[in-house]
Amino acid sequence: MSNRIDARFRRLAEERRAGLVTFVTAGDPNPAESRRILADLPRAGADVIELGMPFSDPMADGPAIQKSSLRALKAGQTLAETLAMVAEFRSGDDATPIVLMGYYNPIFSYGVDRFLEDATGAGVDGLIVVDLPPEADSELCLPARACGIDFIRLATPTTDDRRLPSVLRNASGFLYYVSITGITGTRVGESDVVAGALARIRAHTTLPIAVGFGIRSPEQASRIAETADAVVVGSALVGAVEQAPGNAAAAVSELVEELKAGVLSARGGARGGRA
Amino acid sequence: MDQSNTLRSGPDEDGHFGTYGGRFVAETLMPLILDLEEHYAAASRDEAFWSEFNDLLKHYVGRPSPLTFAPRITERFGGAKIYFKRDELNHTGAHKINNCIGQILLARRMKKTRIIAETGAGQHGVATATVCARFGMPCTVYMGETDIERQQPNVFRMRLLGAEVRPVSSGTRTLKDAMNEALRDWVANVEDTFYIIGTVAGPHPYPALVRDFQAVIGNEVREQIVEAEGRLPDTLVACIGGGSNAMGLFHPFLDDPDVRLVGVEAGGEGVETGRHAASLTAGRPGVLHGNRTYLLQNDDGQINDAHSISAGLDYPGIGPEHAWLHDVGRVEYVSVTDTEALAAFQLCTELEGILPALEPSHALAHVAKIAPDLPADHLLVMNLCGRGDKDVFSVAEALGVEL
Repeated sequence: MSNRIDARFRRLAEERRAGLVTFVTAGDPNPAESRRILADLPRAGADVIELGMPFSDPMADGPAIQKSSLRALKAGQTLAETLAMVAEFRSGDDATPIVLMGYYNPIFSYGVDRFLEDATGAGVDGLIVVDLPPEADSELCLPARACGIDFIRLATPTTDDRRLPSVLRNASGFLYYVSITGITGTRVGESDVVAGALARIRAHTTLPIAVGFGIRSPEQASRIAETADAVVVGSALVGAVEQAPGNAAAAVSELVEELKAGVLSARGGARGGRA
Repeated sequence: MDQSNTLRSGPDEDGHFGTYGGRFVAETLMPLILDLEEHYAAASRDEAFWSEFNDLLKHYVGRPSPLTFAPRITERFGGAKIYFKRDELNHTGAHKINNCIGQILLARRMKKTRIIAETGAGQHGVATATVCARFGMPCTVYMGETDIERQQPNVFRMRLLGAEVRPVSSGTRTLKDAMNEALRDWVANVEDTFYIIGTVAGPHPYPALVRDFQAVIGNEVREQIVEAEGRLPDTLVACIGGGSNAMGLFHPFLDDPDVRLVGVEAGGEGVETGRHAASLTAGRPGVLHGNRTYLLQNDDGQINDAHSISAGLDYPGIGPEHAWLHDVGRVEYVSVTDTEALAAFQLCTELEGILPALEPSHALAHVAKIAPDLPADHLLVMNLCGRGDKDVFSVAEALGVEL
């Protein structure tokens, strides 16, 4: 199996554009609609898909993703069901990377070895586990890397130069830069401050850097896409699910198309090597 | 840690008690808890820190709290000689203030200017608001909406003390959600804010530092029982939600193998009903709020609601050091139901003239089960860790009395 995340970021670099990373919660608003949302994402413009594994106590998330997780759990979502969704998606799309994002307890409860075996089988490319800092790498990061699953690290404004090397030590795939100190979906960092932070981090790593937390509009996406390798949008998308639960797939697709246009308008609209 | 000589040396440098504890937090918070760890290590080596702490405990909190022989309860149970450690006589009416004094001194040492806390029953919130008033620091307390409804007097008390009480409407609207919300606040206010956690849980170093501040309870008991009886006690009993009063009582006795230690969890409507808060009795290991410990959770690793008549025990986890002491067998953990705790509450009030909080009423309910079979020279110390004034409304409701 070739590494879909590396291949995707290589292509983005060749096309000299930033990527759009979309976050939605698996099972939100219900299993059937969630499958439709997931299936439509690549066509709407998602370059990388982050699929949330819902958790009852999402400590690092703002109200939008909290509510989204509870909707999914109430509709019966489980980790096994999330893995089944990925496998189903993979049968129709072998190129778009899928990164599972969430908290450690459901994985720990499922069993790390069993989880990695099933995730590999389903076609999961990477993991973001919010409450596993580098100090806990032996829990999941190292076993995941050994299975060929990328472990994507979060870096934040509090991750200073002294700490950055330990954050990067076992990181792979890409780095997720959290543009603010805060929870998801609240506000976005100033684009010049973000640019400064990216320059600082790039002195330490060649990994592509995706920037997220609080990016909601095509304009914000465009500004961040000037300097980031990818732009992550999550709360705005699950907000669209909340607004239109009966028609969520269409609402999400529409917003993803707008955000993608924003991302593509950055860097002077440079695309496909034509710039 | 070297388990062959002592059970008191934990946690290890990564915050582990056996496989429990650790630091499971978001990257934004990692530098903060590492900083806290460094400052706490320096403070614990600093005599001036402990002398200020002890001075405040003596002159502000009113320590040492008495160790009181309970003659009529002893007579009624007809077995062991029963003593109460009277932490309900502390300023603010519970053991919670011991820890808050320690943590606010740390916050001042770290030049933090704003305090946040979570609270369930409101006792920790009141204690935090109290030390914030005493030291002139702004204070925000997160409290679940469900708990706000059943603990109105404490909410008003916190507001009188100048704290802002922020209702938490997410999740199940109880203590665990208040803790989630406090962590979210901390992530967003990393520069100036100190998070005063109320129990021996959370990411390292909290379980260790809260324990160290609460160990004054057990250290006093050692001296007081020797003074009263000329020897160490035979059994110690304490209630457990997160487990701070129990850890404070037990820790100084962990290396005395002849002292039997019993922790009493909240069995709610009965462990078999699923409506309870007995994490060790009916939970399994998992990761929540920064540490690995026993949790009430479903097959998918989602955290279950806890239930107890006592809001202070209504938490689906337990401190990681308790999880370890459970596994190594040093402490026995049992549970009693709401009904049993309520009966103990009434008994203590009628026979000893002491209105216990519903939390230590759980401990007393277990004492009622074991004391009758113990000999008259068996010394049993129960931690009466809070007073019951805050609970009169809940008790009236449970007894069907309209106030």
